[in-house]
Amino acid sequence: MADKRLSLEDLTGELHSGMTIGIGGWGSRRKPMAAVRAILRSDLSDLTVVSYGGPDVGLLCAAGKVAKVVFGFVTLDSIPTDPHFKVARQTGAVEAMEIDEGMFYLGLLAASQRVPFLPTRAGLGSDVMRVNPSLRTVTSPYEDAEELVAMPALHLDAAVVHVNRADSSGSGQILGPDPFFDELFLGAADRRFVTTERIIDTEQFASEGPLQTMCISRLLTDGVVETAGGAHFTACVPDYARDEEFQRAYVAAASDPDGWAGFEERYLAVDEAGYQAATRAAAAEFAASPMGGAK
Amino acid sequence: MGAPAAPDSPGVSRAEFCAIACAEVFRGDGEVMASAFGTAPALGARLARMTFAPDLVLTDGDAALVHGTPALGAPPSTLVLESHMPYRKVFDVVWSGRRNLIMMASQIDRTGNQNISAIGDWARPKVQLVGVRGAPGNTVNHSTSYWVPNHSTRSFVEQVDVVSGVGYARAAAAGPAAGRYHEIRHVVSNLGVFDFDTPDRVMRIRSVHPEVTVDDVVEATAFELVVPPDIPHTRTPTPAELELIRNMLDPRGLRNREVRG
Repeated sequence: MADKRLSLEDLTGELHSGMTIGIGGWGSRRKPMAAVRAILRSDLSDLTVVSYGGPDVGLLCAAGKVAKVVFGFVTLDSIPTDPHFKVARQTGAVEAMEIDEGMFYLGLLAASQRVPFLPTRAGLGSDVMRVNPSLRTVTSPYEDAEELVAMPALHLDAAVVHVNRADSSGSGQILGPDPFFDELFLGAADRRFVTTERIIDTEQFASEGPLQTMCISRLLTDGVVETAGGAHFTACVPDYARDEEFQRAYVAAASDPDGWAGFEERYLAVDEAGYQAATRAAAAEFAASPMGGAK
Repeated sequence: MGAPAAPDSPGVSRAEFCAIACAEVFRGDGEVMASAFGTAPALGARLARMTFAPDLVLTDGDAALVHGTPALGAPPSTLVLESHMPYRKVFDVVWSGRRNLIMMASQIDRTGNQNISAIGDWARPKVQLVGVRGAPGNTVNHSTSYWVPNHSTRSFVEQVDVVSGVGYARAAAAGPAAGRYHEIRHVVSNLGVFDFDTPDRVMRIRSVHPEVTVDDVVEATAFELVVPPDIPHTRTPTPAELELIRNMLDPRGLRNREVRG
Protein backbone atom coordinates (compact mmCIF):
# COMPACT_ATOMS: atom_id res chain seq x y z
CA MET A 1 0.00 0.00 0.00
CA ALA A 2 1.15 3.50 -0.77
CA ASP A 3 2.58 5.50 2.11
CA LYS A 4 0.65 8.78 1.99
CA ARG A 5 2.18 10.44 5.02
CA LEU A 6 2.86 14.16 4.64
CA SER A 7 3.85 17.08 6.83
CA LEU A 8 1.59 20.12 7.25
CA GLU A 9 4.00 22.04 5.01
CA ASP A 10 3.76 19.32 2.35
CA LEU A 11 -0.01 19.68 2.53
CA THR A 12 -0.04 23.45 2.05
CA GLY A 13 2.57 22.99 -0.66
CA GLU A 14 -0.03 21.10 -2.68
CA LEU A 15 -2.49 23.99 -2.50
CA HIS A 16 -2.48 27.07 -4.71
CA SER A 17 -3.85 30.58 -4.46
CA GLY A 18 -7.27 30.92 -6.02
CA MET A 19 -8.28 27.34 -5.22
CA THR A 20 -11.69 26.25 -3.93
CA ILE A 21 -11.00 24.40 -0.68
CA GLY A 22 -13.46 22.35 1.36
CA ILE A 23 -12.93 22.16 5.10
CA GLY A 24 -14.52 19.29 7.06
CA GLY A 25 -16.08 19.27 10.52
CA TRP A 26 -19.10 21.30 11.63
CA GLY A 27 -19.20 24.65 13.48
CA SER A 28 -16.61 24.45 16.23
CA ARG A 29 -16.32 20.65 16.05
CA ARG A 30 -13.54 18.45 14.61
CA LYS A 31 -12.15 21.18 12.36
CA PRO A 32 -8.75 20.56 10.73
CA MET A 33 -7.35 23.56 12.59
CA ALA A 34 -3.66 22.59 12.31
CA ALA A 35 -4.08 22.61 8.52
CA VAL A 36 -5.91 25.96 8.77
CA ARG A 37 -3.04 27.36 10.84
CA ALA A 38 -0.56 26.05 8.24
CA ILE A 39 -2.55 27.92 5.55
CA LEU A 40 -2.39 31.07 7.71
CA ARG A 41 1.43 30.77 7.75
CA SER A 42 1.61 30.20 3.98
CA ASP A 43 1.56 32.61 1.04
CA LEU A 44 -1.80 31.24 -0.13
CA SER A 45 -4.49 33.80 -0.89
CA ASP A 46 -7.67 34.41 -2.86
CA LEU A 47 -9.22 31.14 -1.64
CA THR A 48 -12.83 30.09 -1.95
CA VAL A 49 -13.64 28.35 1.33
CA VAL A 50 -16.48 25.82 1.42
CA SER A 51 -17.37 24.97 5.01
CA TYR A 52 -20.01 24.13 7.60
CA GLY A 53 -18.35 27.14 9.10
CA GLY A 54 -16.64 27.62 12.42
CA PRO A 55 -13.43 29.35 13.52
CA ASP A 56 -11.72 27.96 10.41
CA VAL A 57 -13.66 30.50 8.37
CA GLY A 58 -13.10 33.32 10.87
CA LEU A 59 -9.34 32.81 11.07
CA LEU A 60 -8.88 32.55 7.30
CA CYS A 61 -10.96 35.71 6.77
CA ALA A 62 -8.99 37.61 9.42
CA ALA A 63 -5.73 36.72 7.69
CA GLY A 64 -6.99 37.99 4.33
CA LYS A 65 -6.75 34.55 2.74
CA VAL A 66 -10.34 34.42 1.54
CA ALA A 67 -11.99 35.76 -1.59
CA LYS A 68 -15.29 33.93 -1.14
CA VAL A 69 -17.09 31.84 1.48
CA VAL A 70 -19.66 29.16 0.63
CA PHE A 71 -21.70 28.54 3.78
CA GLY A 72 -25.06 27.87 5.42
CA PHE A 73 -23.87 29.22 8.75
CA VAL A 74 -20.72 30.21 10.58
CA THR A 75 -20.88 29.49 14.31
CA LEU A 76 -18.71 28.67 17.29
CA ASP A 77 -21.53 26.53 18.78
CA SER A 78 -21.26 27.70 22.40
CA ILE A 79 -20.89 31.25 21.02
CA PRO A 80 -23.42 31.93 18.25
CA THR A 81 -21.24 33.75 15.71
CA ASP A 82 -17.58 34.16 14.75
CA PRO A 83 -16.41 37.78 15.21
CA HIS A 84 -13.95 37.76 12.30
CA PHE A 85 -16.50 36.39 9.86
CA LYS A 86 -18.98 39.05 10.99
CA VAL A 87 -16.46 41.79 10.25
CA ALA A 88 -15.55 40.24 6.90
CA ARG A 89 -19.20 40.22 5.83
CA GLN A 90 -20.07 43.61 7.30
CA THR A 91 -17.13 45.32 5.59
CA GLY A 92 -17.71 43.50 2.31
CA ALA A 93 -14.22 42.00 2.49
CA VAL A 94 -15.39 38.61 1.20
CA GLU A 95 -17.81 37.45 -1.44
CA ALA A 96 -20.51 35.11 -0.15
CA MET A 97 -22.56 32.18 -1.39
CA GLU A 98 -25.10 31.51 1.37
CA ILE A 99 -27.22 28.38 1.00
CA ASP A 100 -29.39 26.10 3.13
CA GLU A 101 -27.23 23.56 4.97
CA GLY A 102 -29.12 20.70 3.29
CA MET A 103 -28.47 22.24 -0.14
CA PHE A 104 -24.81 22.33 0.90
CA TYR A 105 -24.93 18.57 1.60
CA LEU A 106 -26.54 17.88 -1.78
CA GLY A 107 -23.95 20.05 -3.53
CA LEU A 108 -21.13 17.93 -2.06
CA LEU A 109 -23.04 14.73 -2.82
CA ALA A 110 -23.61 15.78 -6.45
CA ALA A 111 -19.90 16.59 -6.86
CA SER A 112 -18.87 13.28 -5.31
CA GLN A 113 -21.29 11.40 -7.62
CA ARG A 114 -20.14 13.39 -10.68
CA VAL A 115 -23.64 14.60 -11.55
CA PRO A 116 -24.25 18.30 -12.30
CA PHE A 117 -27.00 18.84 -9.71
CA LEU A 118 -29.41 17.15 -7.33
CA PRO A 119 -33.05 18.22 -6.91
CA THR A 120 -34.49 19.41 -3.60
CA ARG A 121 -37.31 21.46 -2.13
CA ALA A 122 -34.79 23.27 0.09
CA GLY A 123 -34.33 26.83 -1.07
CA LEU A 124 -37.72 27.24 -2.79
CA GLY A 125 -39.34 30.54 -1.85
CA SER A 126 -36.38 31.70 0.24
CA ASP A 127 -33.87 34.50 -0.35
CA VAL A 128 -31.24 31.84 -1.02
CA MET A 129 -32.60 32.00 -4.58
CA ARG A 130 -32.44 35.82 -4.63
CA VAL A 131 -28.90 36.21 -3.31
CA ASN A 132 -27.56 33.43 -5.55
CA PRO A 133 -28.96 34.43 -8.94
CA SER A 134 -27.05 31.62 -10.64
CA LEU A 135 -29.20 28.99 -8.89
CA ARG A 136 -31.74 27.33 -11.17
CA THR A 137 -34.83 25.21 -10.72
CA VAL A 138 -35.65 22.01 -12.57
CA THR A 139 -39.04 20.58 -13.48
CA SER A 140 -39.69 16.94 -12.75
CA PRO A 141 -39.98 14.99 -16.03
CA TYR A 142 -42.59 12.76 -14.39
CA GLU A 143 -46.31 13.20 -13.97
CA ASP A 144 -46.06 15.38 -10.84
CA ALA A 145 -44.15 18.05 -12.83
CA GLU A 146 -42.93 19.60 -9.57
CA GLU A 147 -40.48 22.48 -9.91
CA LEU A 148 -37.54 21.91 -7.56
CA VAL A 149 -34.23 23.60 -6.83
CA ALA A 150 -31.39 22.11 -8.92
CA MET A 151 -28.58 22.30 -6.38
CA PRO A 152 -25.38 22.46 -8.42
CA ALA A 153 -22.41 20.24 -7.61
CA LEU A 154 -19.98 21.96 -5.23
CA HIS A 155 -16.79 20.85 -6.88
CA LEU A 156 -13.67 21.33 -4.74
CA ASP A 157 -10.08 21.67 -5.90
CA ALA A 158 -8.95 20.33 -2.53
CA ALA A 159 -10.46 19.21 0.76
CA VAL A 160 -9.04 18.67 4.23
CA VAL A 161 -10.72 16.90 7.16
CA HIS A 162 -9.51 15.95 10.64
CA VAL A 163 -10.10 12.50 12.15
CA ASN A 164 -9.21 10.74 15.38
CA ARG A 165 -7.08 7.95 13.89
CA ALA A 166 -5.68 7.09 10.47
CA ASP A 167 -3.16 4.71 8.98
CA SER A 168 -0.26 5.62 6.71
CA SER A 169 -2.23 4.73 3.58
CA GLY A 170 -4.96 7.23 4.44
CA SER A 171 -7.80 5.15 5.88
CA GLY A 172 -9.42 7.27 8.58
CA GLN A 173 -11.34 6.48 11.77
CA ILE A 174 -13.82 8.87 13.39
CA LEU A 175 -14.42 7.91 17.02
CA GLY A 176 -16.83 10.72 17.92
CA PRO A 177 -20.61 10.51 17.53
CA ASP A 178 -20.94 12.37 14.22
CA PRO A 179 -18.89 11.86 11.04
CA PHE A 180 -20.50 15.07 9.70
CA PHE A 181 -19.95 15.42 5.93
CA ASP A 182 -16.23 14.68 5.87
CA GLU A 183 -16.56 11.75 3.50
CA LEU A 184 -18.43 13.94 1.01
CA PHE A 185 -15.90 16.79 1.24
CA LEU A 186 -13.23 14.28 0.23
CA GLY A 187 -15.47 12.78 -2.44
CA ALA A 188 -16.13 16.21 -3.95
CA ALA A 189 -12.44 17.17 -4.20
CA ASP A 190 -9.60 16.64 -6.65
CA ARG A 191 -6.88 16.66 -3.95
CA ARG A 192 -7.90 15.02 -0.66
CA PHE A 193 -6.13 15.39 2.69
CA VAL A 194 -6.79 13.82 6.07
CA THR A 195 -5.16 15.13 9.22
CA THR A 196 -5.31 12.97 12.31
CA GLU A 197 -4.61 12.91 16.02
CA ARG A 198 -2.55 9.78 15.57
CA ILE A 199 -1.34 7.51 12.78
CA ILE A 200 -1.66 3.90 13.89
CA ASP A 201 -1.06 0.50 12.32
CA THR A 202 -4.06 -0.67 10.33
CA GLU A 203 -4.36 -3.68 12.66
CA GLN A 204 -5.06 -1.30 15.58
CA PHE A 205 -8.26 0.24 14.15
CA ALA A 206 -10.40 -2.62 15.48
CA SER A 207 -9.21 -2.09 19.05
CA GLU A 208 -9.99 1.64 18.83
CA GLY A 209 -13.62 1.34 17.75
CA PRO A 210 -16.20 -0.72 15.86
CA LEU A 211 -16.22 -1.15 12.08
CA GLN A 212 -18.55 1.78 11.43
CA THR A 213 -16.01 4.20 12.97
CA MET A 214 -13.63 3.30 10.10
CA CYS A 215 -15.61 5.55 7.82
CA ILE A 216 -12.97 7.24 5.62
CA SER A 217 -11.58 4.77 3.08
CA ARG A 218 -8.22 5.26 1.39
CA LEU A 219 -10.14 5.48 -1.88
CA LEU A 220 -10.84 9.03 -0.75
CA THR A 221 -7.40 10.22 0.39
CA ASP A 222 -4.21 11.44 -1.26
CA GLY A 223 -2.32 12.47 1.83
CA VAL A 224 -2.40 11.95 5.60
CA VAL A 225 -0.81 14.18 8.24
CA GLU A 226 -0.32 13.24 11.89
CA THR A 227 -0.86 16.31 14.02
CA ALA A 228 -1.85 15.76 17.66
CA GLY A 229 -4.21 18.46 18.92
CA GLY A 230 -4.87 19.25 15.28
CA ALA A 231 -8.50 20.22 15.87
CA HIS A 232 -7.77 22.52 18.83
CA PHE A 233 -9.59 24.66 19.92
CA THR A 234 -12.58 22.92 18.37
CA ALA A 235 -13.96 19.68 19.81
CA CYS A 236 -12.41 16.35 18.84
CA VAL A 237 -14.25 13.89 21.06
CA PRO A 238 -13.43 11.46 22.53
CA ASP A 239 -9.81 12.69 22.38
CA TYR A 240 -10.69 16.14 23.73
CA ALA A 241 -13.63 18.49 24.18
CA ARG A 242 -13.81 22.01 22.77
CA ASP A 243 -11.42 24.30 24.67
CA GLU A 244 -14.12 26.73 25.78
CA GLU A 245 -11.74 29.01 27.69
CA PHE A 246 -9.46 29.31 24.70
CA GLN A 247 -12.43 29.92 22.41
CA ARG A 248 -13.63 32.72 24.68
CA ALA A 249 -10.11 34.17 24.61
CA TYR A 250 -10.18 33.97 20.78
CA VAL A 251 -13.48 35.86 20.64
CA ALA A 252 -12.32 38.47 23.16
CA ALA A 253 -9.07 39.03 21.23
CA ALA A 254 -10.89 39.22 17.91
CA SER A 255 -13.11 41.99 19.20
CA ASP A 256 -10.17 44.30 19.97
CA PRO A 257 -7.35 45.24 17.53
CA ASP A 258 -4.62 45.28 20.19
CA GLY A 259 -5.88 42.03 21.62
CA TRP A 260 -5.83 40.45 18.19
CA ALA A 261 -2.24 41.53 17.53
CA GLY A 262 -1.24 39.85 20.78
CA PHE A 263 -3.20 36.70 19.91
CA GLU A 264 -1.57 36.50 16.49
CA GLU A 265 1.89 36.97 17.89
CA ARG A 266 1.45 34.35 20.58
CA TYR A 267 -0.51 31.67 18.70
CA LEU A 268 -0.34 32.20 14.96
CA ALA A 269 3.13 33.60 14.22
CA VAL A 270 4.61 30.30 15.46
CA ASP A 271 4.72 26.82 13.94
CA GLU A 272 2.29 24.07 15.02
CA ALA A 273 4.57 22.83 17.80
CA GLY A 274 4.83 26.41 19.04
CA TYR A 275 1.03 26.74 18.92
CA GLN A 276 0.53 23.59 20.95
CA ALA A 277 3.10 24.72 23.53
CA ALA A 278 1.47 28.16 23.76
CA THR A 279 -1.99 26.67 24.29
CA ARG A 280 -0.66 24.41 27.07
CA ALA A 281 0.82 27.49 28.74
CA ALA A 282 -2.50 29.31 28.27
CA ALA A 283 -4.39 26.42 29.87
CA ALA A 284 -2.12 26.65 32.91
CA GLU A 285 -2.78 30.41 33.09
CA PHE A 286 -6.57 29.91 32.84
CA ALA A 287 -6.38 27.36 35.66
CA ALA A 288 -4.28 29.68 37.85
CA SER A 289 -6.38 32.82 37.30
CA PRO A 290 -9.18 33.58 39.75
CA MET A 291 -11.65 33.57 36.84
CA GLY A 292 -10.33 30.28 35.49
CA GLY A 293 -12.52 27.24 35.82
CA ALA A 294 -15.45 29.41 36.87
CA LYS A 295 -17.55 28.25 33.95
CA MET B 1 -59.37 46.48 21.69
CA GLY B 2 -59.80 46.24 25.45
CA ALA B 3 -57.39 44.70 27.90
CA PRO B 4 -58.04 41.07 28.64
CA ALA B 5 -59.40 40.34 32.09
CA ALA B 6 -56.98 39.77 34.93
CA PRO B 7 -55.58 36.26 35.02
CA ASP B 8 -56.79 33.61 37.36
CA SER B 9 -53.32 32.17 37.64
CA PRO B 10 -51.37 33.62 40.55
CA GLY B 11 -47.78 32.54 40.84
CA VAL B 12 -47.39 31.23 37.29
CA SER B 13 -44.42 32.95 35.68
CA ARG B 14 -44.41 34.39 32.16
CA ALA B 15 -41.80 31.80 31.19
CA GLU B 16 -44.19 29.05 32.28
CA PHE B 17 -46.91 30.42 30.01
CA CYS B 18 -44.35 30.48 27.19
CA ALA B 19 -43.46 26.85 27.92
CA ILE B 20 -47.12 25.81 27.80
CA ALA B 21 -47.59 27.71 24.55
CA CYS B 22 -44.58 25.89 23.07
CA ALA B 23 -45.88 22.53 24.31
CA GLU B 24 -49.16 23.20 22.46
CA VAL B 25 -47.19 23.36 19.19
CA PHE B 26 -46.73 19.58 19.51
CA ARG B 27 -50.36 18.70 20.35
CA GLY B 28 -51.66 16.01 18.04
CA ASP B 29 -48.19 14.91 16.97
CA GLY B 30 -47.43 11.21 16.87
CA GLU B 31 -44.01 9.68 16.33
CA VAL B 32 -42.16 12.69 14.93
CA MET B 33 -38.80 14.18 15.83
CA ALA B 34 -39.37 17.22 18.03
CA SER B 35 -36.60 19.76 17.54
CA ALA B 36 -36.71 22.80 19.77
CA PHE B 37 -34.28 25.74 19.94
CA GLY B 38 -34.34 28.00 22.98
CA THR B 39 -35.30 27.24 26.56
CA ALA B 40 -39.10 27.61 26.40
CA PRO B 41 -39.31 25.41 23.26
CA ALA B 42 -37.02 22.75 24.78
CA LEU B 43 -39.15 22.75 27.91
CA GLY B 44 -42.38 22.75 25.90
CA ALA B 45 -41.37 19.74 23.81
CA ARG B 46 -40.50 17.81 26.97
CA LEU B 47 -43.74 18.78 28.64
CA ALA B 48 -45.75 17.70 25.59
CA ARG B 49 -43.95 14.37 25.59
CA MET B 50 -44.66 13.84 29.29
CA THR B 51 -48.36 14.58 28.83
CA PHE B 52 -50.42 14.76 25.64
CA ALA B 53 -47.86 13.78 22.95
CA PRO B 54 -46.14 10.71 24.46
CA ASP B 55 -44.78 9.36 21.16
CA LEU B 56 -42.65 12.44 20.41
CA VAL B 57 -39.01 11.64 19.68
CA LEU B 58 -36.49 13.93 21.37
CA THR B 59 -32.84 14.52 20.45
CA ASP B 60 -29.83 14.85 22.72
CA GLY B 61 -28.79 18.05 20.95
CA ASP B 62 -25.77 16.24 19.50
CA ALA B 63 -25.97 13.12 17.33
CA ALA B 64 -28.57 10.86 18.97
CA LEU B 65 -32.21 10.38 19.84
CA VAL B 66 -32.84 10.01 23.57
CA HIS B 67 -35.00 7.58 25.47
CA GLY B 68 -37.47 9.04 27.97
CA THR B 69 -37.72 12.73 28.83
CA PRO B 70 -34.52 14.12 30.34
CA ALA B 71 -34.58 17.39 32.29
CA LEU B 72 -33.17 20.57 30.73
CA GLY B 73 -29.40 20.60 31.14
CA ALA B 74 -29.21 16.93 32.16
CA PRO B 75 -25.56 15.78 31.98
CA PRO B 76 -24.92 13.81 28.76
CA SER B 77 -23.63 10.86 30.81
CA THR B 78 -27.11 10.42 32.34
CA LEU B 79 -28.94 10.17 29.00
CA VAL B 80 -30.17 6.85 27.64
CA LEU B 81 -29.76 6.90 23.86
CA GLU B 82 -32.08 5.00 21.55
CA SER B 83 -30.83 5.80 18.04
CA HIS B 84 -27.96 7.36 16.10
CA MET B 85 -28.91 10.69 14.51
CA PRO B 86 -25.85 12.36 12.98
CA TYR B 87 -26.43 15.47 10.85
CA ARG B 88 -26.49 13.56 7.59
CA LYS B 89 -29.44 11.50 8.88
CA VAL B 90 -31.16 14.62 10.21
CA PHE B 91 -31.66 15.64 6.59
CA ASP B 92 -33.33 12.30 5.87
CA VAL B 93 -35.78 13.12 8.67
CA VAL B 94 -36.28 16.74 7.54
CA TRP B 95 -36.94 15.79 3.94
CA SER B 96 -39.26 12.91 4.95
CA GLY B 97 -41.38 15.37 6.93
CA ARG B 98 -41.24 13.35 10.17
CA ARG B 99 -40.27 16.37 12.21
CA ASN B 100 -41.88 19.26 14.09
CA LEU B 101 -39.60 22.17 14.78
CA ILE B 102 -39.55 25.35 16.85
CA MET B 103 -36.78 27.66 15.62
CA MET B 104 -35.88 31.11 16.83
CA ALA B 105 -36.28 34.20 14.67
CA SER B 106 -34.24 37.40 14.78
CA GLN B 107 -36.96 38.89 12.57
CA ILE B 108 -40.39 37.58 11.59
CA ASP B 109 -42.96 39.25 9.37
CA ARG B 110 -46.66 39.38 8.61
CA THR B 111 -46.76 36.37 6.27
CA GLY B 112 -44.43 34.26 8.41
CA ASN B 113 -41.06 34.83 6.76
CA GLN B 114 -38.21 34.43 9.25
CA ASN B 115 -34.68 35.83 9.23
CA ILE B 116 -31.59 34.47 10.98
CA SER B 117 -29.15 35.38 8.20
CA ALA B 118 -28.34 39.07 8.32
CA ILE B 119 -29.77 42.46 9.30
CA GLY B 120 -29.73 45.06 6.53
CA ASP B 121 -28.69 44.52 2.93
CA TRP B 122 -27.53 40.92 2.43
CA ALA B 123 -24.72 42.02 0.11
CA ARG B 124 -23.11 44.00 2.90
CA PRO B 125 -25.05 43.45 6.12
CA LYS B 126 -25.28 45.88 8.96
CA VAL B 127 -25.14 42.83 11.23
CA GLN B 128 -24.13 39.36 10.07
CA LEU B 129 -26.11 36.74 12.02
CA VAL B 130 -25.50 32.97 12.12
CA GLY B 131 -26.71 32.28 8.55
CA VAL B 132 -29.85 30.77 7.01
CA ARG B 133 -28.89 27.36 8.45
CA GLY B 134 -31.58 24.80 7.56
CA ALA B 135 -34.47 27.25 7.67
CA PRO B 136 -35.21 27.30 3.91
CA GLY B 137 -35.39 23.50 3.74
CA ASN B 138 -37.17 23.02 7.06
CA THR B 139 -40.05 25.33 6.23
CA VAL B 140 -40.93 23.68 2.92
CA ASN B 141 -40.60 20.13 4.30
CA HIS B 142 -42.30 19.98 7.70
CA SER B 143 -44.25 21.96 10.25
CA THR B 144 -42.23 24.85 11.64
CA SER B 145 -43.02 27.26 14.46
CA TYR B 146 -41.04 30.16 15.89
CA TRP B 147 -40.02 31.33 19.33
CA VAL B 148 -39.22 35.02 19.84
CA PRO B 149 -38.33 35.76 23.47
CA ASN B 150 -38.07 39.55 22.85
CA HIS B 151 -41.22 40.68 21.04
CA SER B 152 -40.64 44.20 19.71
CA THR B 153 -40.95 46.26 16.54
CA ARG B 154 -37.37 45.16 15.78
CA SER B 155 -38.26 41.46 15.79
CA PHE B 156 -41.86 41.61 14.46
CA VAL B 157 -41.18 43.58 11.28
CA GLU B 158 -43.17 44.47 8.17
CA GLN B 159 -40.74 42.59 5.96
CA VAL B 160 -37.70 40.58 7.05
CA ASP B 161 -34.35 41.61 5.58
CA VAL B 162 -33.33 38.11 4.39
CA VAL B 163 -35.98 35.41 3.97
CA SER B 164 -34.44 32.36 5.65
CA GLY B 165 -37.56 30.48 6.79
CA VAL B 166 -40.27 30.72 4.11
CA GLY B 167 -43.65 32.25 4.97
CA TYR B 168 -47.04 31.61 3.39
CA ALA B 169 -47.01 34.19 0.57
CA ARG B 170 -43.49 33.22 -0.52
CA ALA B 171 -44.32 29.50 -0.42
CA ALA B 172 -47.45 30.05 -2.51
CA ALA B 173 -45.55 32.14 -5.05
CA ALA B 174 -42.82 29.51 -5.38
CA GLY B 175 -45.27 26.92 -6.68
CA PRO B 176 -46.85 23.63 -5.60
CA ALA B 177 -43.53 21.96 -4.68
CA ALA B 178 -42.90 24.65 -2.07
CA GLY B 179 -46.42 24.65 -0.64
CA ARG B 180 -47.03 20.91 -0.57
CA TYR B 181 -45.59 20.29 2.91
CA HIS B 182 -45.38 23.88 4.13
CA GLU B 183 -46.91 24.82 7.48
CA ILE B 184 -46.02 27.64 9.85
CA ARG B 185 -47.97 26.44 12.85
CA HIS B 186 -47.52 28.98 15.64
CA VAL B 187 -45.34 31.90 16.60
CA VAL B 188 -44.78 32.11 20.35
CA SER B 189 -43.35 35.28 21.86
CA ASN B 190 -42.91 36.55 25.39
CA LEU B 191 -46.16 38.49 24.87
CA GLY B 192 -48.48 36.00 23.20
CA VAL B 193 -49.18 33.30 20.67
CA PHE B 194 -49.85 33.91 16.96
CA ASP B 195 -50.94 31.84 13.98
CA PHE B 196 -51.84 32.24 10.30
CA ASP B 197 -55.38 30.90 10.50
CA THR B 198 -56.74 33.75 8.36
CA PRO B 199 -58.14 33.74 4.80
CA ASP B 200 -55.04 35.40 3.33
CA ARG B 201 -52.59 33.61 5.63
CA VAL B 202 -51.33 36.63 7.52
CA MET B 203 -50.44 36.67 11.21
CA ARG B 204 -53.24 36.71 13.74
CA ILE B 205 -53.22 37.02 17.50
CA ARG B 206 -54.20 33.61 18.87
CA SER B 207 -53.82 34.41 22.57
CA VAL B 208 -52.06 36.87 24.82
CA HIS B 209 -50.23 35.83 27.95
CA PRO B 210 -51.89 36.93 31.22
CA GLU B 211 -50.98 40.50 32.25
CA VAL B 212 -50.34 41.38 28.60
CA THR B 213 -52.94 43.48 26.77
CA VAL B 214 -53.78 43.34 23.10
CA ASP B 215 -52.61 46.96 22.92
CA ASP B 216 -49.21 45.91 24.31
CA VAL B 217 -48.89 43.37 21.52
CA VAL B 218 -50.04 45.75 18.79
CA GLU B 219 -47.61 48.43 19.97
CA ALA B 220 -44.71 45.98 19.97
CA THR B 221 -45.44 44.84 16.42
CA ALA B 222 -44.32 46.81 13.36
CA PHE B 223 -46.99 45.38 11.03
CA GLU B 224 -50.75 45.16 11.18
CA LEU B 225 -51.80 42.04 13.05
CA VAL B 226 -55.19 40.44 12.55
CA VAL B 227 -56.96 41.11 15.85
CA PRO B 228 -60.01 38.85 16.34
CA PRO B 229 -62.83 40.19 18.50
CA ASP B 230 -62.38 37.78 21.38
CA ILE B 231 -58.80 37.01 22.22
CA PRO B 232 -58.29 34.50 25.01
CA HIS B 233 -55.46 34.33 27.44
CA THR B 234 -52.81 31.71 26.81
CA ARG B 235 -54.02 28.75 28.82
CA THR B 236 -52.79 28.32 32.37
CA PRO B 237 -50.69 25.25 33.06
CA THR B 238 -52.53 22.62 35.06
CA PRO B 239 -51.21 21.85 38.56
CA ALA B 240 -49.79 18.59 37.20
CA GLU B 241 -48.03 20.44 34.37
CA LEU B 242 -46.59 23.00 36.78
CA GLU B 243 -45.33 20.19 38.96
CA LEU B 244 -43.59 18.62 35.95
CA ILE B 245 -42.08 21.94 34.83
CA ARG B 246 -40.83 22.98 38.25
CA ASN B 247 -39.75 19.73 39.83
CA MET B 248 -38.87 17.38 37.00
CA LEU B 249 -38.11 19.12 33.72
CA ASP B 250 -36.51 22.39 34.81
CA PRO B 251 -35.65 22.18 38.50
CA ARG B 252 -32.86 24.76 38.05
CA GLY B 253 -35.29 27.37 36.72
CA LEU B 254 -33.45 28.00 33.43
CA ARG B 255 -36.81 29.13 31.95
CA ASN B 256 -36.93 32.21 34.17
CA ARG B 257 -33.54 33.38 32.91
CA GLU B 258 -34.75 33.45 29.32
CA VAL B 259 -38.02 35.29 30.03
CA ARG B 260 -38.50 37.31 33.20
CA GLY B 261 -41.64 38.16 35.13
